[in-house]
Amino acid sequence: MAFTEKDVVTMAHGSGGQAMQQLIEQLFLQAFSNPALNEREDQARIPLSLLTSVGDRLAFSTDSYVIDPIFFPGGNIGKLAVCGTVNDVAVSGAVPQYLSCGFILEEGLPLQQLEQIVKSMADTATAAGVAIVTGDTKVVQRGAADKVFINTAGIGTIPASIQWGAQHIRPGDSILVSGTLGDHGATILNLRENLGLEAALTSDCAVLTPLIAPLRDIDGVRALRDATRGGVTAILHEFAAASGCGMSINEGDLPVNSAVRGVCELLGLEPLNFANEGKLVIVVAPEAEQATLAALRAHPLGKDAEVIGTVTDTARVQLKGIFGASRLLDLPHSEPLPRIC
Amino acid sequence: MQYVDEFRDPELAKTLLAHIRHKVSAIAKASERPLQLMEVCGGHTHAIYKFGIDQLLPPEIEFVHGPGCPVCVLPMGRIDGCIEIAERPEVIFCTYGDAMRVPGRNGSLLDAKRRGADVRIVYSPLDTLTFAEQNPDKQVVFFGLGFETTMPSTALTLQQAKRRGLTNFSIFCQHITIIPTLRSLLEQPDVRIDGFLAPGHVSMVIGTTPYGFIAEDFHKPLVVTGFEPLDILQALAMLVDQIHDGRCEVENQYKRIVSQQGNALARKALDDVFELKESSEWRGLGSIAGSGVQLTPAYREFDAELRFNTQEHQEVADDPLARCGDVLTGRCKPNDCPLFGTRCTPQNAFGALMVSSEGACAAYYQYRRGLA
Repeated sequence: MAFTEKDVVTMAHGSGGQAMQQLIEQLFLQAFSNPALNEREDQARIPLSLLTSVGDRLAFSTDSYVIDPIFFPGGNIGKLAVCGTVNDVAVSGAVPQYLSCGFILEEGLPLQQLEQIVKSMADTATAAGVAIVTGDTKVVQRGAADKVFINTAGIGTIPASIQWGAQHIRPGDSILVSGTLGDHGATILNLRENLGLEAALTSDCAVLTPLIAPLRDIDGVRALRDATRGGVTAILHEFAAASGCGMSINEGDLPVNSAVRGVCELLGLEPLNFANEGKLVIVVAPEAEQATLAALRAHPLGKDAEVIGTVTDTARVQLKGIFGASRLLDLPHSEPLPRIC
Repeated sequence: MQYVDEFRDPELAKTLLAHIRHKVSAIAKASERPLQLMEVCGGHTHAIYKFGIDQLLPPEIEFVHGPGCPVCVLPMGRIDGCIEIAERPEVIFCTYGDAMRVPGRNGSLLDAKRRGADVRIVYSPLDTLTFAEQNPDKQVVFFGLGFETTMPSTALTLQQAKRRGLTNFSIFCQHITIIPTLRSLLEQPDVRIDGFLAPGHVSMVIGTTPYGFIAEDFHKPLVVTGFEPLDILQALAMLVDQIHDGRCEVENQYKRIVSQQGNALARKALDDVFELKESSEWRGLGSIAGSGVQLTPAYREFDAELRFNTQEHQEVADDPLARCGDVLTGRCKPNDCPLFGTRCTPQNAFGALMVSSEGACAAYYQYRRGLA
């Protein structure tokens, strides 16, 4: 479908009439084409045999994406909507297989932008080996939404041998991250607030399935999470709450891109609290530490993986500073605000 | 990272710590009480807690967290004034981020934003001029807040606004100046401070000369310092050297940034735009003569309070149980306050020392609460 610069989303695109049918036929169905979707029923019909051949449990997850700006270095809201949900499914150990997507479009959104977003979703889904099998489109009046909101839900199958979960975490376990921290959050902050620090700031938005796949063969993997909103700090608190253990990480071992560090130093913010969209926090038994690290570093998405700390039996989350003194790593109570001096 | 990592070298830190320990043990033999050293600035407070400097020092050194965080000493009545203007339908109200959560009597600017006020966070006051030019039918108001650190950028913004002939731009002026407050602190009979770490960024503008009275009139040593951990440790070493030697001088650890005379260009802009006002209210400390500024007659047309004829807000009495003022003057530690961590937390801050991440109570809560 060739849209011109003048073509925008109108209320007619959400009316159920011709304009809507045209948009679905010529944009969504073409981009996401797959057997289940192409049946054009009100629901995707998925053979159970396909799922049961992979594992014995479903992993099912949903998330909504409302980012501003919708395009950023390293991706856009569409790529994010696929990566985010695929990763949420994959960190359970599941093989992600099917996605749904729901669009809420603001009247006036340029159709060329929507096309770019949809294509990006299709490409990301194809690369991740997942099919977008059902969807929905709504249009709201200008001002009632911010350009485009996307909800995705995903289903994957967990192999019978995989029992990952935060309740398995034990004192003495190792804490790893799969790469540099805060890249997505710093990139978005830089764009949104016009900080003018373009150099070397790129979102880490990525599908983590191929990075996770080899971890299924390692004994001693306890739990995985992708460190999105709230960053690594939030995940460590979630792990601590679920396991009743403490988390102690070393400031000197944290991998942080120097441009991200620069943003944080300038604004008095903490890279540990910044969002990532392509990073894992992993807890493993001590004997699995080196095998996990090697498996992560063998993939381009995990080349900067590091062991950052250990699980303790004192139920608190703390950071050991570069001079040896420890401090609490508090869960941020709201959106971080920059300091004035 | 250049200009950061070299000031965080653990080996150099060990050397400085050993020096401080050695000197302090000699001082301790001659004294029966710990040294109380005031870090005037909230930025120092934050760095001390963040890097655990307080834990690395011998117990004979106690930090007193001074009044040098402009958000911490911001009185409730001033926030009420901001909200009164921000809630006018024609106003776009612009502020630095960390003023958003400071509570007034009717909530914070964040609450006003939730109620529908057009409140925007800016990183540079110059951005507010762009808003004014892009929104000729709106009144753009900038909340000018802070010490001499942020004053020059407000002054340059006002000079630009005047040059561009902007009639829909004004500032709510809450700029304050640290020197009269330090004098007032030292004049109080029961405040016992053995030495001062003075703020590097304020000093970058005013220079080191204005601190002279602290050494000359009050016989206290003072070291101007930067914000990296090695800056602070080196300044502490210089301070304990002075105490050990019985000297009281103004010394400058932050020579890479601060000169004796300060920044003449910035001071010229300040003189053009601001003049001292009779007195200014500080949260937790009360009114202090000559500690605030107002716009000079040439710039008074940009005074938001005059333009919008805001009500004269009464001083808001703090809860008698709250000990914000005692923390600010070294009479107690944050966790000695009965409200600390109960009625007063970062999620529900009663006192502004808990609102700003630079506040002594917030830093103590964030980094020390529950640590053995």
